[in-house]
Amino acid sequence: MPLDAGELGAVWLTIKLASLTTAILLLVGTPIAWWLARTRSWLRGPVGAVVALPLVLPPTVIGFYLLLALGPNGWIGQGLQALGLGTVVFSFTGLVIGSVVYSMPFVVQPLQNAFAVIGQRPLEVAATLRASPWDTFVHVVLPLARPGFVTASILGFAHTVGEFGVVLMIGGNIPDKTRVVSVQIFDHVEAMEYAQAHWLAGAMLVFSFLVLLMLYAGRRGRTGWS
Amino acid sequence: MSKLIQARLQLRRDDFTLDVDLQLPGRGVSALFGHSGSGKTSCLRCLAGLEQASHAYIEVNGEVWEDSARGHFLAPHKRPVGYVFQEASLFPHLSVRGNLEFGWRRVAASERKISQEQACQLLGISHLLARKPATLSGGEAQRVGIARALLSSPRLLLMDEPLAALDSARKREILPYLERLHDELDIPLIYVSHAQDEVARLADHLVLLDNGKAIASGPIGQTLARLDLPLAQGEDAGVVLEGVVVDHDPHYGLFDLRLPGGDGPLLRIAHPDLHVGSTLRLKVQARDVSLTLAADNVSSILNRLPVRVLECRAADNPAHVLVSLDAGGNALLARVTRFSAEQLGVQPGQQLWAQIKSVALLG
Repeated sequence: MPLDAGELGAVWLTIKLASLTTAILLLVGTPIAWWLARTRSWLRGPVGAVVALPLVLPPTVIGFYLLLALGPNGWIGQGLQALGLGTVVFSFTGLVIGSVVYSMPFVVQPLQNAFAVIGQRPLEVAATLRASPWDTFVHVVLPLARPGFVTASILGFAHTVGEFGVVLMIGGNIPDKTRVVSVQIFDHVEAMEYAQAHWLAGAMLVFSFLVLLMLYAGRRGRTGWS
Repeated sequence: MSKLIQARLQLRRDDFTLDVDLQLPGRGVSALFGHSGSGKTSCLRCLAGLEQASHAYIEVNGEVWEDSARGHFLAPHKRPVGYVFQEASLFPHLSVRGNLEFGWRRVAASERKISQEQACQLLGISHLLARKPATLSGGEAQRVGIARALLSSPRLLLMDEPLAALDSARKREILPYLERLHDELDIPLIYVSHAQDEVARLADHLVLLDNGKAIASGPIGQTLARLDLPLAQGEDAGVVLEGVVVDHDPHYGLFDLRLPGGDGPLLRIAHPDLHVGSTLRLKVQARDVSLTLAADNVSSILNRLPVRVLECRAADNPAHVLVSLDAGGNALLARVTRFSAEQLGVQPGQQLWAQIKSVALLG
């Protein structure tokens, strides 16, 4: 067995983190993407830029600010403590919050494109057929935006699996709590355990390739994928 | 309850102002007619609540849908309208059946006025139910779109150039279905179009829009015959007459059509398959009507009606004049040369005979 218990723990933790992050992002990202796709407010530009920040910032920068904000003296950290949730830095919860921020654009942007492509007409048709806005969203928008949701889920999941800097900054390196695969690989390389690093790194490579293959093969032959 | 549709709308856009006060009959077909950009579609969208005018009062057969003075705006999904868009706009993720059921399901069973079978039969789409919209022809898709709108049991049907995106063969395919709606359903229809032939075939009431204003509104027969409107100037200018087939002469293969009015004038029509008792709509083009002083001219012209001159006006072409006529309560329009008009001494009140060279059956 090439993977020991610690490594399997890291794999399991990574999958758990990526799944939870993706689920939260779909819940949080959908209304943001809907708003960005449809609003005419001047806030659209600034909000869109903030959502896209993780695309260009070094993960350490995001991690650094999250560490400050989530820490015992940060405004989010204090709020969480006031709610009796304790500190979240160097915990799995902290990792989830960091990942949500870090992977946000990978979920919001495909959804935003998908919503924009649908356009105004199907919503108007639904309204003239007695569907309330919420009814329309569930029965017209969601089905029509399905390819966008698939893309957003895959990208959100895969990108969270691939994160390293943010995790290290706010999660540290605690086995079974915050030590995800990317951190485990880093540990192995630090300790000159190249064989172990190979197994995990190779697995990541194959996983990432398969994810992207799924995405691109799925897109082909379908017009208007998002 | 008054059978009336009232719409006072004021809407300002960057480069366009709509300002209309429409009173439309609460039954039958009203056409909003005008060039593109005249405000037809904006009117329709305001009626459906898809667009909110800055000042609006909308009342449909006694129900107030919008009254900006009182801050009342009924959301579009709460207005009992059926809307047919220029493109069929079917939901691509649903089958034809799914599309038809979309509005039908959202109407309480007690308020449903039409069954799915009826709607499918009316529009000839029963064989398409399992298909996906992407596999339909343009004409089929539009028929499904119309049936879908009907199945939401609207109290007002709105159609925004439903034929404009179709070629002429598809138009001919759909027009008969629209006429059946007109004949078989008691739902007022507001029909937006810039095609005069569609309006002549379908409309009972005509509103002429120009640059955001309603420049005329009235029964189609009278409105088409008004010389002060640009409609009378066109090459295709003419009037629409409606009458009942009252007699059949099998020897000559001719039918007699009685026009409305106490003892309305009779028109004789050569057409292979008409039925006594049926109602017919005809278009009589102004250029097919000539004027004479006496009735006893022997000629091959079948229809000769006594008329009274109402008005005489210069046409766009200086060699022609337009004459509006009253034929026993029915409006007629004649386009004759200025030379002939002066020879006859045409003037308002004069009694003449109108010779109608040909009539076109609509539908």
